[in-house]
Amino acid sequence: MTELVAVSTVHHDAHHQAAPKALFGFWVYLMTDCVLFATLFATYAVLHNNVNGGPGGRELFSMPFVLTETLILLTSSFTTGLAMLAAHRNAKKQVLIWFGVTALLGIAFLTLELTEFRHLVVEGNSWRRSGFLSAFFTLVGTHGLHIATGLVWMVVAGAQVARQGITSATLRRLKLLSLFWHFLDLVWIFIFTIVYLMGTLPL
Amino acid sequence: MSKKLKLVGFLLLSLGVVLLVAGYLHGHSIAVLNPQGFIANKERGLIVTITLLMLIVVIPVFALTFAIAWKYREGNTAARYSPEWDHNRWVEAVWWAVPLVLITVISMISWSSSHELDPFRPLRSANPPITIQVVALQWKWLFIYPDQNIATVNFVQFPANTPVDFQITSDAPMNSFWIPQLGGQIYAMAGMSTQLHLMADGAGSYRGSSANLSGQGFADMKFMVKASSATDFNSWIRSVKHSNHNLTMAGYDQLAQPSYNNPQAIYSSKPLNLYGTILTKYQPTTSTMGLQKAPQSAVSSSQKGNMN
Amino acid sequence: MLGKLNLQALQHGPIVLGAQISIVLAGISVIALLTYFKRWKWLWNEWLTSLDPKKIGVMYIAIAVLMLLRGFVDALMIRAQQATSVGASHGFLTSDHFQQIFSAHGTIMIFFVAMGLMFGLINLIVPLHIGARDVAFPFLNSISFWLFAAGMALINLSLVLGEFSAAGWLAYPPLSGLAYSPGVGVDYWIWSLQIAGVGSLLSGINFVVTILKMRCPGMTLMKMPMFVWTVLCSMIMVIFAFPILTATLTMLALDRSLGMHFFTSDMGGNPMMYINLIWAWGHPEVYILVLPAFGVYSEVVATFSRKRLFGYTSMVWATASIALLSFIVWLHHFFTMGAGANVNAFFGIMTGVIAIPTGVKIFNWLFTMFRGRILFATPMLWFLGFVVLFTIGGMAGVLLSVPSIDFQVHNSLFLVAHFHMMIVGGVVFGYFAGITYWFPKIFGFKLNERLGRYAFWCWSVGFTLAFVPLYILGLMGATRRLDHYDASLGWQGLFAVAGVGALIVGAGIGFQLLQFVVSFLQRQQNMDTTGDPWNGRTLEWSTASPVPFYNFAITPEVSDRDPFWAAKQANQKPDQPHYTDIHMPKNTPLGLYIAGFSFLFGFAVIWHILWLAPVGLLGVIACVIIRVSDDDTGYYLPAVEVAKIEATSKRRRYA
Repeated sequence: MTELVAVSTVHHDAHHQAAPKALFGFWVYLMTDCVLFATLFATYAVLHNNVNGGPGGRELFSMPFVLTETLILLTSSFTTGLAMLAAHRNAKKQVLIWFGVTALLGIAFLTLELTEFRHLVVEGNSWRRSGFLSAFFTLVGTHGLHIATGLVWMVVAGAQVARQGITSATLRRLKLLSLFWHFLDLVWIFIFTIVYLMGTLPL
Repeated sequence: MSKKLKLVGFLLLSLGVVLLVAGYLHGHSIAVLNPQGFIANKERGLIVTITLLMLIVVIPVFALTFAIAWKYREGNTAARYSPEWDHNRWVEAVWWAVPLVLITVISMISWSSSHELDPFRPLRSANPPITIQVVALQWKWLFIYPDQNIATVNFVQFPANTPVDFQITSDAPMNSFWIPQLGGQIYAMAGMSTQLHLMADGAGSYRGSSANLSGQGFADMKFMVKASSATDFNSWIRSVKHSNHNLTMAGYDQLAQPSYNNPQAIYSSKPLNLYGTILTKYQPTTSTMGLQKAPQSAVSSSQKGNMN
Repeated sequence: MLGKLNLQALQHGPIVLGAQISIVLAGISVIALLTYFKRWKWLWNEWLTSLDPKKIGVMYIAIAVLMLLRGFVDALMIRAQQATSVGASHGFLTSDHFQQIFSAHGTIMIFFVAMGLMFGLINLIVPLHIGARDVAFPFLNSISFWLFAAGMALINLSLVLGEFSAAGWLAYPPLSGLAYSPGVGVDYWIWSLQIAGVGSLLSGINFVVTILKMRCPGMTLMKMPMFVWTVLCSMIMVIFAFPILTATLTMLALDRSLGMHFFTSDMGGNPMMYINLIWAWGHPEVYILVLPAFGVYSEVVATFSRKRLFGYTSMVWATASIALLSFIVWLHHFFTMGAGANVNAFFGIMTGVIAIPTGVKIFNWLFTMFRGRILFATPMLWFLGFVVLFTIGGMAGVLLSVPSIDFQVHNSLFLVAHFHMMIVGGVVFGYFAGITYWFPKIFGFKLNERLGRYAFWCWSVGFTLAFVPLYILGLMGATRRLDHYDASLGWQGLFAVAGVGALIVGAGIGFQLLQFVVSFLQRQQNMDTTGDPWNGRTLEWSTASPVPFYNFAITPEVSDRDPFWAAKQANQKPDQPHYTDIHMPKNTPLGLYIAGFSFLFGFAVIWHILWLAPVGLLGVIACVIIRVSDDDTGYYLPAVEVAKIEATSKRRRYA
């Protein structure tokens, strides 16, 4: 009795709707990631004063250092934008170059972050020291983990573009990747403000 | 068996069950419904009031369910059948309104009773209140009488008709301090001090226990509560003080070790500021801020008051 | 090399040994049967690697039924212990073992039974209901399912290797912290939930996109079947609630594995924060489970009353407001933490407010029956049982929502009775109704009605008998989770009655299993040749039974809320069908592999096997890369093929 209801002969092929579905789905995924970060931010807010007799943010954070990290990440967002512009122009080589630059900036950011972590741990201020430091390492580290994921993704996407060129499938994936990268940039702005700025500013 | 016979059988069976339950319960005390304290009394009153309020709606709903189910059963072709009738603004408005009104009434009760019976709120009485500090340990309860300078384990005594200000913490996983016949419970948490104000109506013995899972010996983590006359209480204090059984700090550390099914014990003295020591063990002074931990704990922290 | 894992992990008492032996025996017999009937290839091609949501749905339900048996055996042991461990007698379980059992019971029943039944039915029905051929992301769906299965495998592995958590189903710290629970039990709990939870989160994303983007032409939001609405609300809640669970479990794991101080009592940790966070997920979770069950009732009541669902718009608003409200009531799970009168009163009142939309739903169902022609088939019986039990449980719920009353019954057996009435009476009965209702659509034959009725009566009577005594015991001062109590309290009689009730529920489960077997053996008599065995209303009944794997040969177009019913009323004659090629996803085992590597990762972290954890992680990443590098993931089913399949099924249906 299928035909009983099926008065339409419009051919709705799932295949052709892949792009908007994937984009919408990715937005929904970013939503869930937002909730994840929100949970970590809330935890940090609750624990940020629980320094257990140890040092707090004011004693630990170096603003010039963090500012450098921030600028690097912001620049990487900009280069992602350039890569996407190139992708829409179908300029394969430029896409690869700009994503290459983005990846390098991402690696630089991660290196700086790990340097900061190593520095803290060596000084005896590891995540075992206090509730505040546990929350700090977890929040900032989760962001770092996302950046690392983004880098792996960038390599895979880059290889695909190199092999297949800019097709509707690769373009779709690049769109998601750039969305992801901008999202991480946004999260970092919050980390920068809430963890570093508010942690070091005199109250 | 005909349908009618089935129905009669069902009703008889239900009646039998109800009678059986009633008979069984007759010989047993239902602690929460048989309160012996000021707070528990009010709480029972609330249970009864709200149950009755809900029955105003629930009984008609049950009756309606079975009436409709019966009347519009498939076999009854005489009943009206309107397969397309799927909404009616007025009827729907009624059943948004009925629970709304009911819940509004319950909300008002909920709001006022929450404040009136707030466990942190001191009780009014002609008799001056007594403070008892409670520490949940693995797996026993330590009671400290700061003003009398004695301590007990798994046994607590206080005068009846006198407000008791329990200050409660834990040197163990989280527990919940509950004496059903005197009033509701409150959590015992390490590094936190919660409060519970209770008052017994008359002399008597009551059961208290931990209501929150805290590890292996949890099931036997119970204590005896004795409310007595003021005279009896004072003579009991004197006898404890004469028992010459001191609780030292080392003795406390020993006591705090996990143990099962502890016997009751009394101590004629206790280390100075024992309760405060236990509390601050988990809360070293922080460089920026005081004791406040989570937003939810704001009230309990600020009301911490007398930590002795 | 093997971390904390050594031969000692295998040492257990006789009860666990019995469980281990039966698991091994069952495993061996399954393998033997598959080999004997040469079904390995069939299992692999038709089921394990399938991306068909109907197949995945059936696998979800199969696991859920298995886990129901496991969880029910746990329940029987709890009942037996509490009925016998009185005074001088200490029952047959140690307190540690008893605590592991109730922790496992709660965890399994929520995560692997209720969630499994829910996702099973959603997979089976949502695409059919919205006139779609598939879900939005079929491969992601397969990952979700296999992560669920991996979590299930991990939690059951704890029976064989090591131990399970003894810290209750939500593992409150500091009890669940390293200081008080140094064993691997809590880690098993964390990682089985973490893996299954990520699966649920991905499912949530998948079904939100499916419902919002893949409805057939004409199906506006307000023309969706009620079940789809409830699933949409439930899945949106998944999206907002499950990341909180992921984060919270991660933090507890970091406390335990890396020595962090999120939830420790000392060193600046805050256990109360865990309790807040876990309930910020946990309370919505309850509604995530119950909303789709409400949806099932809506479909069942309308179909078996032969009448349109009454007050559809009210229902939609009620569902949405329940979803919204469920996020602002979490604190009612711990009024007794002492948050203060204003905070407690606010959360208490918000909780009470949820009763309004819930009440509205009940009235709407009653008026759907009003002036209908009600056929009391088994699904309808489950609905009536639900109304009674859920209303009683709901009354207890309103009592508990008043903070001052909660102080007296919190953590008592009164609370236990309340939430069992909500989850069994509301959720489980709903999914049983759904399974009975949609069974012929998926398998092509109806379930035996007589045995279904027996099962219903055993469940209802047994359940009442098992939990009404617990209400009374709670009021008598009996707290939950007691492995022992004094004889002088006079509780034993009631515990014994509860035990008898549990046995009667057991008979109900027995009848259900028998029902599957008997119905399968008698499938020739119960064959559904029409595709529409219940005189249904929605799109799924317009297809053949069992549904062809592409669901609809031609994408339907709808203009009515009950499109199939409307078409039947209008007596529309089928047009000459014009078939086109259908695009379908190819099978892939990668979802299974991803879950397998996640399982290894979880296992490695539980036992501190340092080399295995990266292997698991890299395995997952490798599988994902392989998948995204593969552009050949689908194929076209030619129109000629479609025509052939449709012609065969039509011959059968009109024969």
